Amino acid sequence: MSTGALLPNSFPLVMSTNLNAWSDALSELHLFGMPFGLIIIAAIPLVFIALYALTYGVYGERKISAFMQDRLGPMEVGKWGILQTLADILKLLQKEDIVNKSADKFLFVIGPGILFVGAFLAFAVLPFGPAFIGADLNVGLFYAIGIVALEVVGILAAGWGSNNKWALYGAIRSVAQIVSYEIPAAIAILCGAMMAGTLSMQQFNLLQQGEYGFLHFFLFQNPIAWLPFIIYFIASLAETNRAPFDIPEAESELVAGYFTEYTGMKFAVIFLAEYGSMFMVSAIISIVFLGGWNSPLPNIGPLSLNDWTTGPVWGAFWIVMKGFFFIFVQMWLRWTLPRLRVDQLMHLCWKVLTPFAFVAFVLIAVWEIYVK
Amino acid sequence: MTNTTYTVIFYLFAAITVFSAAFVVFSKNVIYSAFSLLFTFFGVAALYVFLSADFIAVTQVIVYVGGILVLLLFGVMFTNKIMLTDLKTEVLNIVPGILLLITITGGLVYTFLTRAEWFTTASQLQGSVVERIGFETMSRYVLPFEMVSILLLLALIGAAFLARFDKPRKMNQK
Repeated sequence: MSTGALLPNSFPLVMSTNLNAWSDALSELHLFGMPFGLIIIAAIPLVFIALYALTYGVYGERKISAFMQDRLGPMEVGKWGILQTLADILKLLQKEDIVNKSADKFLFVIGPGILFVGAFLAFAVLPFGPAFIGADLNVGLFYAIGIVALEVVGILAAGWGSNNKWALYGAIRSVAQIVSYEIPAAIAILCGAMMAGTLSMQQFNLLQQGEYGFLHFFLFQNPIAWLPFIIYFIASLAETNRAPFDIPEAESELVAGYFTEYTGMKFAVIFLAEYGSMFMVSAIISIVFLGGWNSPLPNIGPLSLNDWTTGPVWGAFWIVMKGFFFIFVQMWLRWTLPRLRVDQLMHLCWKVLTPFAFVAFVLIAVWEIYVK
Repeated sequence: MTNTTYTVIFYLFAAITVFSAAFVVFSKNVIYSAFSLLFTFFGVAALYVFLSADFIAVTQVIVYVGGILVLLLFGVMFTNKIMLTDLKTEVLNIVPGILLLITITGGLVYTFLTRAEWFTTASQLQGSVVERIGFETMSRYVLPFEMVSILLLLALIGAAFLARFDKPRKMNQK
C-alpha cells in the first residue's frame, strides 16, 4: 500500500490553476454581508440539471429513441423539432396541478420534493472540472452513493401518498430494487476506492492524471477493473429505474409506477430528479473508472494533445461529455433491451452481480497488494 | 463562515432534530411518525458533521435512512389495518414515568458533568478521518469487528431461513 493514502494532501498539484480555485473563490464571495457565493455554488448544479434535462434529456432522448427505431421523432416545432422542449414546458406549466381527493395531501406534496432533494444532494460532491466542486469532502464518494437513501424515502412518500394501487406497487418495487442493487454497486465502487486509496472525488481525478491520457485511467490500470466497471454500470441502471430494469414504472403493468397520479410541475420535478440521478451515476462511473475531468487524449511526441486539452474549462467539458456518453448508453439500452421480470431482476442482483462483485473485490485487492 | 453562522446552523439542525423526534412520539398517524423519523436522522447526521465526524454522519444516513427507516416504512405499509387502529399517545402511568425520567436524566447529566472527558479545544480535526478509522478497525478493534460481522451473518442466514418457503419437497413428491 502506498503512503500516499495516509496523507491525502501530499499529492503534488500538476495543474497550472490551483485545485478548486473557482469554488473556493466563490465561497468567499459576500454581498450585503450574506454568504452569497455559497448560494451560487449550490445553484450551478441546479441550473446544469435543468438545462441538460430539458435539452439532452427530453429532446435528445426523443430523437435518439426515434433514430433507433428508424423514425424521425419530433419534427413539427421548429427546424428538426428543436423547439419541442419549449412546447413541452409550456404544456407542463399550463397543466392543472391535481391532488386527488383521497390522496394523503401532505405526503403527496412532499414526495417529489424529497425525491428531488435526494437526487440533487449528491451533486454537492461532484467535481465539475479541476477548479469547481461543491464540497471536497474526504468521504465524497461514500456520501454520493449513500445519499441515494433519501430518494428511496421520497419514492415511498409519493407512492403511499397517491393512495393508488399502481403507485404503491411501483413505489415498493422501486424501493426493493434500489435497496438490493445498492449492494453490488457499493462493492464495485469499493473496488475503485481500493485502487485509489481515497474516497475524495478530487483525489480520484488527480490520481488518474498523466501525460498518456486514458492509459492512466483506473479502467486501464488494472486487468480486472472492467469487472466492477460493468457491474456498477448494470447496477446503476437499476438504481435509476432505467430500462431494462424499469419494472417500477412498467407501462404495460403499472401505468407509470409511483408517479401515476402526478401532473404538472410535480411530474416535472420527478422527471428532473430522474435525469439528475442519471447524470450522477454516469459522473460517478466516469470519475471512479474513467478519469473524471482528465483528458483521455495522450501526448504523442510533439503533439501534446493531453496538455492542450487540460484546464478548468476543458475539465468541465470532459466530465460532462463522459457523463453524457453514459447517458447515451443508458438511452441506447432502453430502446434495445426488453424489460426483466421481477424474479429475474432479483436473481440477477443477488445470484449474479453480488457474487461477481465479491470476486472482483478479492482479485483487485490481491492485485493491488501483491502485483502493483 | 463566521461563528454566528455556525451557531445559527447548529441551532437550526438541533431544532429540526428535537421537533421531528417529538412529532414521531406524539403523532397519531404511524405513517407520519415514520416519515418524521427521516428529519430526525438527518438532523443527527448534521450534528455529527459539527463534531468533525463526517464519516459517521454519512454512515448514519446510509444505515438509518437507507436501512432502518425503509424497513420501518415497509413494515408499516405491509401491515393490514394499520390505519384503522387508533394509536394511544395520551399520558399513562404518570408517576412511574416521571420517576424513570428523573432517574435517567439525572444519571446522564451526572455522567456528563463528572465522568466524561470532553474535547475542549477549539481546533478542528485535521486531515482525513476515514484512513484512521480503517486502520483502527483492522488493527486494534479487529476482533470485535469480526465478531460483529459473524453476528450479522448469523442474523442474515436466520432471516433467510425463516422467510423461505417449504415448497420444494412437496413439488418433488409429485
